[in-house]
Amino acid sequence: MNFAPPSSSWLLRLRNAVILAGIGTGAVWGVVELLRPPVGKVSSEVGLPKAKLEDVLQAAQKVNADFDQTWAQKQMQPTVKADDLTLVRRLSLALTGSIPSLQEIRALESVKGVDITQWWLTQLFADRRASDYLAERLVRVYVGIENGPFLIYRRRRLVEWLSEALQKNRPYDQIARALIDSKGVWTTSPEVNFITVTNENKKGPDEAKLAARVSRAFLGVQMDCVQCHDGKLGSTWKQTDFHKLAAYFGQTDFVLTGLRDDPKQNYKFRYLGKKEEELVPAMVPWKPELLPEKGTPRARLADWVTAKENKSFARTLVNRMWALLFNRPLITPVDDIPLEGPFPAGMEALADDLIAHDFDLQRLIRVIAATRVFQQSSRSTDPSHPVTEEAEKAWAAFPVTRLRPEQMAGSVIQASSLSTIDAETHVLFRIKRDLDVANFVKRYGDSGEDSFEDAGGTIPQRLLLMNGNMISNNTSSNPLINASTRIGMLAPDNATAVEAAYLSIFTRRPTVAEEDHFTGLLATVKSNNSRSNAMSDLYWTLMNATEFSWNH
Amino acid sequence: MNTSPCQSPSHLTRRSLLRGASTAGISWLTPLGDLLAVEAETAPQGKPARSVILLWLGGAASQLDTFDPHPTTKIGGGVKTIPTAIKGVEFVTGLEQTASVMQDVSLIRSMVSKEGDHERAFYNIKTGYRPDPTLIHPSIGAIVCHELPEAKIEIPTHVSILPNQWPARGGFFGAQFDAFQMYDPKFPVPDVKARVEDKRMDRRLESLSVVERAFAQGRAPDMDQTRTLHQVSMQRARNMMTSDQLNAFNVSDVPAKELNAYGDTPFGRGCLVAVRLIQAGVRCVEVTLNGWDTHANNFEGQATQVKILDAAYASLIRDLKKRGLLESTIVVCGGEFGRTPKINNVGGRDHWPHGFSMLVAGGGFAGGRVIGSTDPEGVKKEPENPVFVEDLHATVQDLLGIDSSKEVMTPIGRPMALSKGDVVEELKA
Repeated sequence: MNFAPPSSSWLLRLRNAVILAGIGTGAVWGVVELLRPPVGKVSSEVGLPKAKLEDVLQAAQKVNADFDQTWAQKQMQPTVKADDLTLVRRLSLALTGSIPSLQEIRALESVKGVDITQWWLTQLFADRRASDYLAERLVRVYVGIENGPFLIYRRRRLVEWLSEALQKNRPYDQIARALIDSKGVWTTSPEVNFITVTNENKKGPDEAKLAARVSRAFLGVQMDCVQCHDGKLGSTWKQTDFHKLAAYFGQTDFVLTGLRDDPKQNYKFRYLGKKEEELVPAMVPWKPELLPEKGTPRARLADWVTAKENKSFARTLVNRMWALLFNRPLITPVDDIPLEGPFPAGMEALADDLIAHDFDLQRLIRVIAATRVFQQSSRSTDPSHPVTEEAEKAWAAFPVTRLRPEQMAGSVIQASSLSTIDAETHVLFRIKRDLDVANFVKRYGDSGEDSFEDAGGTIPQRLLLMNGNMISNNTSSNPLINASTRIGMLAPDNATAVEAAYLSIFTRRPTVAEEDHFTGLLATVKSNNSRSNAMSDLYWTLMNATEFSWNH
Repeated sequence: MNTSPCQSPSHLTRRSLLRGASTAGISWLTPLGDLLAVEAETAPQGKPARSVILLWLGGAASQLDTFDPHPTTKIGGGVKTIPTAIKGVEFVTGLEQTASVMQDVSLIRSMVSKEGDHERAFYNIKTGYRPDPTLIHPSIGAIVCHELPEAKIEIPTHVSILPNQWPARGGFFGAQFDAFQMYDPKFPVPDVKARVEDKRMDRRLESLSVVERAFAQGRAPDMDQTRTLHQVSMQRARNMMTSDQLNAFNVSDVPAKELNAYGDTPFGRGCLVAVRLIQAGVRCVEVTLNGWDTHANNFEGQATQVKILDAAYASLIRDLKKRGLLESTIVVCGGEFGRTPKINNVGGRDHWPHGFSMLVAGGGFAGGRVIGSTDPEGVKKEPENPVFVEDLHATVQDLLGIDSSKEVMTPIGRPMALSKGDVVEELKA
């Protein structure tokens, strides 16, 4: 075939026209994105029927009453309510692992006359990011972070399965029952991976590990401490308690068709001081009357664990969700809750509400988020009486806690984009985001399972934030991608630029002193390049501040 | 089946029990008297060791194709052997340099791990504990840094060079005890160089103080010093960025002859930097040499890695000695487990945690000794005079002057000994 090539001048004119049109459209769109980004169709409805919303708020009031009593006894004055943007930031970090985007902030500021916390939760519950993130956090509790046995363990499938269930707000007792009493193949029945992860050396499920997981993840007791000997240091658990619980998994077996129960199998163990292994009968460590009479051992155990009268199950979930929202559990350690109390303020009110509402996880999160404790400021308004650690321990102020590595990475990436990075974002960008987060977490230090350590920052973490690739790449001059450059280019004045950076990174507006400082710096620049660098410096500064690394 | 993660030191005395049992049995190798009859035992006495170098042979070196060959038996694989500085002890060919420094090194041929999976075994060999669903144990380097704090040094006191996917962690001591990770020393240390010039960095830091002031309002004045450690660690990071001690990471000024002595490989450069870091005051350095997981073509694969290891290891021992650091520095070298006596259908060896080899030197370890032995026919799994992973940990801690039975409170409220092993007295000088 022969083609007459177009003349080079024709090509050049076409190219220039396309470029100019692109730049023009981009500039207009950019200003709009910065100042009034497309926020979609925002409903001002909370998303809950009025009666249900009032019911949530009433449940929160019961919790508030508990805390009021505690603070009165301790003669403590709780801090004032935090502003809406702070609450939104806390919820986004807890439920998506990232701060809200500038686009989201503009959207919520356009909503008037609603309970902003409940409104934002409605948006988050509809967002796949939230169910994915919550699923990942819970899967860490169920199976840890290790890769597990090759071929018969698919962690990713388990996370997806759980995310789907959470998205549909499947009652949590059903989720727990499905995990404990799962059957089938680990690929088509992803819940089976809760069991297969314990398979080592091809010997079948590890009953002891499963007993430890079930007791910690669903009952909030650390019974594995008595795996080898009776309890010490005040523990009343016996070695037999643990192994009788493990015996519920004695019939669990892997065959070609997947996981099943084989009545011919059983669980044997040699107790400390005994010479021979002995057959261990399955028995629960408390409230045996709640056990159903019929069913396979695992099915009976699953029913017992999730029985409404077995309140440990509800308390465990309350403590876990409280920890998710505050980055600190109500009872520490998160999986060591006393069976008979005493319980701290809030625990019983929340557990009772959870049981009364059929283990509705989303409602539990709504109730906790509606409490005065969650909505309090982390700082005192009285400079002569700053918030103390004691006040935080009594929940008289929202506790300041270190962000988890994935929350840090997610927040850096989100703050560097004016629009929301979510399921709608281009797949290539999301893949890059996931890779960046994984690399950052590896170097920042993965916190492992869903632990809530209160350790301070480290030197490698500071080096990574000051000089690492992620911060550098996301804050350097890049008019196409990076928010810092784009804000500098598109903001009509310096004050708007500083405000946009603060909203993107800190989810708040600058103080007068901060605004004066940064607008002063921007005013001294003489070229576009210098302005871009000044904006880059502003971004770097905010991302290296304590306020960015700590939840507050 | 079940596993036993019991951490209580109260009934963990099986080493002493097994040791008794094994010595009561028939030994098929060198009698104890011969084991102790070494030519060079210049045991350092007096001060405890102050630092540790850990050389991890990631993927698991084959004991049969390195330090415990059985060339005349069916399991030997036809390897050729050479004599070493220890009378009657042979290594495979390729380890000539290492063989020549064995008067300063002891060899354990009876290491036993209870983990046969790489990830779990690495956890075990680095922490002395088996993986536990309830908490993360600190690695030996983190324990050393926690128990023997070093205030004067401006660079991290716990360093991991060429880490694989399981670098040493601070575990329940906290992330501040995680190893600082760096890769081939040929390249600059990551993240220690500011991305902007000094003047601009000063401006950034000045701005940062404005932002920090705003955040501090209404909060406890000592929050940074007592809790967040944010500005404290940033200042220390800044000190590190400008510290002369950073030069210890840099091999660009090292003469080619010295570099070549270590083999001029990433691992060799890592070993050289390990020595320099120890000299600078670092407490623990781990250097990883991966590539030993030879499920196929075992002999070729092991020989390749042996060549890299030999030059680096021998140079490291010589260098420490020359610099007067060997007496105060413990050097441990080995994999997470060993490899099977049986050679599989594709000429490979599989995982074998039952009796594998480790080299220990310096810091109060005796030189020129051999502990334990394995069955030359590969039939009997359990080695003679077994040394369990936790026992090695207890011995290292003992030589550092750390009481390994000391219990520390974990975040889950459970007291836990630094090590649940027993000190192997035969290894001490």
